[in-house]
Amino acid sequence: MAEPLVRIENLYKVFGSNPESVIPLVEAGQSKDDILAATGHTLGLQNINLEIGKGEIFVVMGLSGSGKSTLIRHFNRLIDPTQGHIFVEGVDVMTLSAKELQEFRRHKMSMVFQRFGLLPHCSVLENVGYGLSIQGLGKDKVREKALHWLDAVGLSGYEDQYPSQLSGGQQQRVGLARALCTDAEILLMDEAFSALDPLIRREMQDQLISLQHKLHKTIIFITHDLDEALRLGDKIAILRDGKLIQVGNPEDILLHPADDYVEAFVHDVNRTKVLTAAHVVSKVQLTLTGRTTAQQALDTIRERHADYACVLDGKSLKGILTLQDAERALNEGAGNIAAYVRNVNCVPDSAELEALLPRLLIQKENQPIGVTNEDGEFTGMVSCSKMAEFVS
Amino acid sequence: MAGDSWLTEFPEMSREGLLGIRKSLDATYRDFSREYGDSIESIFDPLLSFLIWFEKLLLNTPWPLVIIAITALAYFASRSWKLSLGVVVSFLLIGYFGMWEDTMRTLSIITVCTLLSIALGIPVGIMMARSDRVQSGVTPILDIMQTMPAFVYLIPVVMLLGIGRIPGVIAVVIYAIPPVIRLTNLGIRLVDREVLEAATSYGASPTQRLLGVQLPLAMPTIMAGINQTIMMSLAMVVIASMIGVKGLGQPVLKSITNQYFTLGLFNGLAIVALAIIFDRVSQAYAKRTQKHMEGSDHG
Repeated sequence: MAEPLVRIENLYKVFGSNPESVIPLVEAGQSKDDILAATGHTLGLQNINLEIGKGEIFVVMGLSGSGKSTLIRHFNRLIDPTQGHIFVEGVDVMTLSAKELQEFRRHKMSMVFQRFGLLPHCSVLENVGYGLSIQGLGKDKVREKALHWLDAVGLSGYEDQYPSQLSGGQQQRVGLARALCTDAEILLMDEAFSALDPLIRREMQDQLISLQHKLHKTIIFITHDLDEALRLGDKIAILRDGKLIQVGNPEDILLHPADDYVEAFVHDVNRTKVLTAAHVVSKVQLTLTGRTTAQQALDTIRERHADYACVLDGKSLKGILTLQDAERALNEGAGNIAAYVRNVNCVPDSAELEALLPRLLIQKENQPIGVTNEDGEFTGMVSCSKMAEFVS
Repeated sequence: MAGDSWLTEFPEMSREGLLGIRKSLDATYRDFSREYGDSIESIFDPLLSFLIWFEKLLLNTPWPLVIIAITALAYFASRSWKLSLGVVVSFLLIGYFGMWEDTMRTLSIITVCTLLSIALGIPVGIMMARSDRVQSGVTPILDIMQTMPAFVYLIPVVMLLGIGRIPGVIAVVIYAIPPVIRLTNLGIRLVDREVLEAATSYGASPTQRLLGVQLPLAMPTIMAGINQTIMMSLAMVVIASMIGVKGLGQPVLKSITNQYFTLGLFNGLAIVALAIIFDRVSQAYAKRTQKHMEGSDHG
C-alpha cells in the first residue's frame, strides 16, 4: 500500500501539571484510574497508532470520555500531544512552526464542530467564506466560492441570514459548507451530527455520503453512535479509555468484534440496517448466455444439481433459466434458450438487508434475487444461507 | 497588672516611630513631586489642550447647533424618535434653568474621561483575558481602585499636578475605568470555546481571532462595561469639582456648604439627565449592533 495520507505514531496525551512525568507509568501499563489516583493526571490518549488512507471515511467511535474529541484535535494540533508524531502527507505536523501550522490549517484540513462553531455575528455567507477570507482572498472571489458551496449543501437563498435564524440542521450545513469551501483535502468532523435530531441526522449522513461520492475527500469522523459509524465509515476505529481497541472495516467490527466491549456494542446494532446486499451476495459459477443451446443448458444445470442457471447479457443479468424451462426448451425443439429466460428482480449491492429481507420472504416459487454493482454489472445472487447467518 | 494592659490596649507602634514613617513618606513624595511634578505635568499637556479645545468647542458653538448635534448623535446611535425627543427636551430645560455652561463643561470632561477609559481599559482587559498571570496581578489593583476612597488618591494627584482639569480627569478615570477592564476581560473569557476553536482550526492568526471573533462576541459585555464606566464618571463629577474641575459639580458643592437646597437639586437633576441620556443612548446602540442575536430561540 502507498504511504497513507495521515499517520499517527505512538501518540500519548496526558492532562495535568507535569504530563511528561506520567508517561513512564503509562508505558508500564498502569490504568487510567490508578494514574489519576497516584499523580492527579488524567490519561487522555495512550499509544495511538493509526493510518488513514486518501479518500477514506475514517470513523473514530467511542463513548464520552473515551478521548475521541481529544484525538481529533491532535490532527490539526488544536491540542498538542504529550508524546508521539502526527504525519500528514509524510510531514510531521509536530515540527511545524506557528506560522507553518497556520498555513497547514488554512490549506490542508478543515473542521466541522458538534455545536457548529459558527460565528454568530457573521452572515451565513460570511461564515461559509470564513476560511478563505482569513487567507486574505478578495471579497468577490470569497463570495463566489461561498455561494457555490452554500448551493452544494442545499442552502442557497439563506446567504444573508444569521446563524441564529437557522435550524440546527441548517446550521450544520453551513458548518459543512464552510469546511468544504477551503478545498482542504482532509475534513475533520467532530461529532458533527450528534446534536441533530435523528431524522435530520440521517438526512445529513446521506448528504455527506453523496457529497463524498463527488468530492473524494479524506474524512475523519468522530461519533459516539455505532450505527452512524457503520453507516458512514470505510474504516472504523473503536476507542475506549484513550486506547484503540479495534480498527477495521464495518463488517469486521460487526462480525468479528475484538473483545467483549466491542461485542456489547455491536450486540444492539440492527445488522440489517448496516449490512447491504453486497455482503450476502454469492458468486455464481453457472452462467449461460441467450445463445446457449437448450441441450447445453440442461446438461450444465443437471451437472451441477442446480435448480436454475443465470443467463447473462454481456455483463448484466438477463434473467434465469430454470431446470423445468430448460427441459421444456429441449422438448419443444428450440434452437437456443433466449425465449425461455425468466426475468428476475435485481437489487443494487448498496441495498440494505432491511429492505431486501421482506422481498426475499415473500418471493413466490422461491425465485432468487440478483445483485448488481454501481455500474449495473451483475455480481451474483442473494444467498439465503448467508443472509440467515447475518440476521440471526 | 502588666498583662492586663497588654490585652486591653493594642500594643501599638511608638508615636515617634509612626511620626517618622509619616514624615519620611510625606517628605519623599513631596520631594518627588517637586522634582518631577513639572515634567509629569508636561506629559499630560496634549490631553489638557484637547480637553480645553473640546470644552471651548461646546461652549462657543451656538446652543441650537449643539442640541442638534447631540440629538443627531443620539438618533443615529439608537434610531429612536422618542429618545431623541427626550434629549431635546432635557437640554432645553437645562438651558432654561441656567445650567447650560456647566452642563457643557461636564459633558466635555465626561466625554474625554470615557474615551480615555475605553482607550486604556479595553487593551488592559484584553491582556488580562490572554493571561491568567496578568489577570491575577491586575484584579487586586482594580479592587483597590474601586474601593479606595476617592479623596485618598486625590491627595497625591493634587500634590503632584496641582488642582485643575488634569488631576480631575485622572481621578475620574481611576474611579471609572475598572468596569470596562473587568467586563472586557470577562467578555473575552466567555467567548464560546468552540467558535474560537473553529477560527483557530481554519488558520486564523491571533490578531484575526481577536478582531474577528473575540472582540465582536464580547461586545455586548464590553458595552455593559462602557456603560458602567460612563455612569461612574458622572458620579465622580461632584468629587472632581473639589479639585477645581468646573461643571455641574461645583454648584452642588456650593449648595452643600451653603445649604442651597434648590440649587443643589437643579444641578443634581441635570447630572441625572445627562446620565440617563448617556445610558439609554449607549444601551440602545449596543442592542442595535447585536441584532444578529435575535431569533436564537429558533430550532
